[in-house]
Amino acid sequence: MTVHGVISAAEAVSYIRSGDTVMVGGFGLVGAPLTLIDALVEQSDATDLTIISNNIGEPGLGLGKLLRQKRIRRGISSYFTSNPEAVAAVNDGRMEATLVPQGTFAEAIRAGGAGIGGFFTPVGAGTLLAEGKEERLIGGVRHVLEEPIRADVALVYAARADALGNLWYRRTARNFNPLMVSAATISIAEAGEIVPVGALEPESVVTPHLYVDYLVERT
Amino acid sequence: MSDDVRLRIAERAARELRPGEIVNLGIGIPNLIPGMLGDDTQVFLHTENGLLGVGPRPLDRDLDPDLIDAAKQPVTALAGASYFDSAASFAMIRGGHVDVAVLGALEVSGSGDIANWAVPGKEVLGVGGAMDLVVGASRVIVTMTATSSRGEPKVVAACQYPLSAAGVVDVIVTELSVFRVRDGQLHLTELLGGATLADVAAVTTAEYLVSLEESHAR
Repeated sequence: MTVHGVISAAEAVSYIRSGDTVMVGGFGLVGAPLTLIDALVEQSDATDLTIISNNIGEPGLGLGKLLRQKRIRRGISSYFTSNPEAVAAVNDGRMEATLVPQGTFAEAIRAGGAGIGGFFTPVGAGTLLAEGKEERLIGGVRHVLEEPIRADVALVYAARADALGNLWYRRTARNFNPLMVSAATISIAEAGEIVPVGALEPESVVTPHLYVDYLVERT
Repeated sequence: MSDDVRLRIAERAARELRPGEIVNLGIGIPNLIPGMLGDDTQVFLHTENGLLGVGPRPLDRDLDPDLIDAAKQPVTALAGASYFDSAASFAMIRGGHVDVAVLGALEVSGSGDIANWAVPGKEVLGVGGAMDLVVGASRVIVTMTATSSRGEPKVVAACQYPLSAAGVVDVIVTELSVFRVRDGQLHLTELLGGATLADVAAVTTAEYLVSLEESHAR
């Protein structure tokens, strides 16, 4: 599918329903789709959400706002610790947490977008994070089976998009965004600026437009 | 831990790095290493949030909100740097393309097991890239004090804290000594800062061979 067009942030978050699984790009707040997160906080009632994001924002910032509204039922992350309120929510039983090594987290999302049914990695083998996971010896080394991760909706950020939905990222604000945009039923990209078709050099396009369903301009 | 101790550990760990190596530095003591590398020991710093070619911390006027390291601190990018997504970044790590990871630890065992992410009795909610790095990097150098803040040994017979990975550590640098793990056996290879064999023995519960050697590391 190619992009359906540029929509408002309010319309974008209307595609998120209660009980949905939502991927949100960013490493901390860098590269996070902050306009879309604010719209989800202020203009959506969707609750009971599963949030897949490397961190659950920071206290009162980014996804930390959604956390304060008690709308996150479960988080899947590599580092909840960067938001002490997320840690408190887990300890109080208000949020379920699934902790995943960061490289496994990234690769599972990549696999989810690439139609891969899972992969074996040596990371985590023999640790608490591999408990209950299928194991196999490969080349004499213990590996654990990791399943792909997908979502109902992905919210990502790119510094620049063209009107077709081709995306270009800036510096370390790329992080999980190109992976997540590929791994959801509906992918919504927030762009710092939207330029005409043809304005992006084809070689500089990081995410081809076929992954992007809707564009939202950052405000 | 005094700044002096931290600097001494970093200074010794820096001498383990060779020109041209790709190096990932953890937070804390490892982050002191760039300031200790001579002009003839140029290495390339990789940060797992998607940058190869990390430069020094920026001056305030050069702060770029889109340019951080894995500790979420502002950095710069050097000429020749490249940016990539997180899956590519960890493919570099697991694929053995990152030569060295230098990181801290709570405990390291004599066979190179490392615990550096979780404290028992507390809900474990942060692992980040620690497990990927210790499994994937070709060489794992641990920088830490010889004992914890409570005075307990950190080079131990068996890790009590939850493991990050088993049998992956190559070098341990503390303020007292350098240990190397070779074929699953721990060797004490160097005494530091005037420490004696007895000083090291007093704070080490792991078994080790004394294999003192001239410091040949550059």
